[in-house]
Amino acid sequence: MPVLECKGLTKRYGSVQALSNVDLTVEPGRIVGLLGPNGSGKTTFIKLANGLLTPSAGTLTVCGVQPGKESRAAVSYLPERTAIPTWMSAQQLLDFYGDFYQDFRRDAAEEMLEHLGIQPRQRIKQMSKGTREKVQLIMVMSRAAKLYLLDEPIGGVDPATRDYILSTIIGNYDPEASVIISTHLISDVEKVLDEVIFIDRGQVVLQSSVDEIREEKGMSVDALFREVFRC
Amino acid sequence: MKWEFSNDAPIYAQLITQIKVGIVSGVFPPGERLPSVRDLATEAGVNPNTMQRALTELERDGLVYSQRTAGRFVTEDAAMIEAVKRSLAEGHIRAFLDAMGRLGYQREEILSLLRQEESKEETIHASLGM
Repeated sequence: MPVLECKGLTKRYGSVQALSNVDLTVEPGRIVGLLGPNGSGKTTFIKLANGLLTPSAGTLTVCGVQPGKESRAAVSYLPERTAIPTWMSAQQLLDFYGDFYQDFRRDAAEEMLEHLGIQPRQRIKQMSKGTREKVQLIMVMSRAAKLYLLDEPIGGVDPATRDYILSTIIGNYDPEASVIISTHLISDVEKVLDEVIFIDRGQVVLQSSVDEIREEKGMSVDALFREVFRC
Repeated sequence: MKWEFSNDAPIYAQLITQIKVGIVSGVFPPGERLPSVRDLATEAGVNPNTMQRALTELERDGLVYSQRTAGRFVTEDAAMIEAVKRSLAEGHIRAFLDAMGRLGYQREEILSLLRQEESKEETIHASLGM
């Protein structure tokens, strides 16, 4: 069963068409890049997939069910903006995730935090922006979810933090689960991806594997993206 | 091992070449167990399925082999490793000759340039007492 499937998925905000007639399928074990310029519909798509928005038309299912209570248990979501409560300590954050999510792998999270040198008593407030991003990603990847939705996980962080985030995604790879990463920083992520979805003004313009693009076009996904979306 | 990728070729193909170099140069010695797919993928910073694909192809060619539970091992066939070394070297030489050809050099000139370069290096080594 596909982890995510949508047919004719459409989302309108008033008269603005944010997504129109999107058909796509994501199989288990895939790391997929959702790539498009600003305002192309990436965040709208992710919010539809985790049930924060409802479609105007068409269908979307996660592991065969419509977004709701059941699908939320299977989806781990990293929002574009850091959303962890800053007054908490690392310890409290671990408790918080443990309370909320049955699939939270506390041992894995503790190990990753320790590896970063984060003390249990350290407060999120006292951490740099890069560290907060890392901590939030650790929380999201420590769930044994079926679908990870990562909205711009590497935007606005330094290259070393980017490498850390990408290797954390690879290190937590699960052949039963899928990861969708939305970004416009393509050259940084393309080696990590199985396949890419190009999205432009709410429409899917391409879904292909990274190595297929490189084999057939003799260029990187980044170069192809620049060609497709030339201003 | 340092992993590097260019933009013009599929990633799995570049992984195959780099693992071959690792085997030929002894980073992955004959008969030794290779790290797991996940560890290799993390180290190279690539997708685990892409790494898996590269290893599957190396296995098909016989350069690595699987033991059901113990993992993947480098072949102990020295002749096979030597042949891989030779074919990697030929690739480098072809690329070099192509590049020199584009600069307008003929074969004889290229050979004489190579000899000059070699004697230059010998002189440097001699002067350093090496």
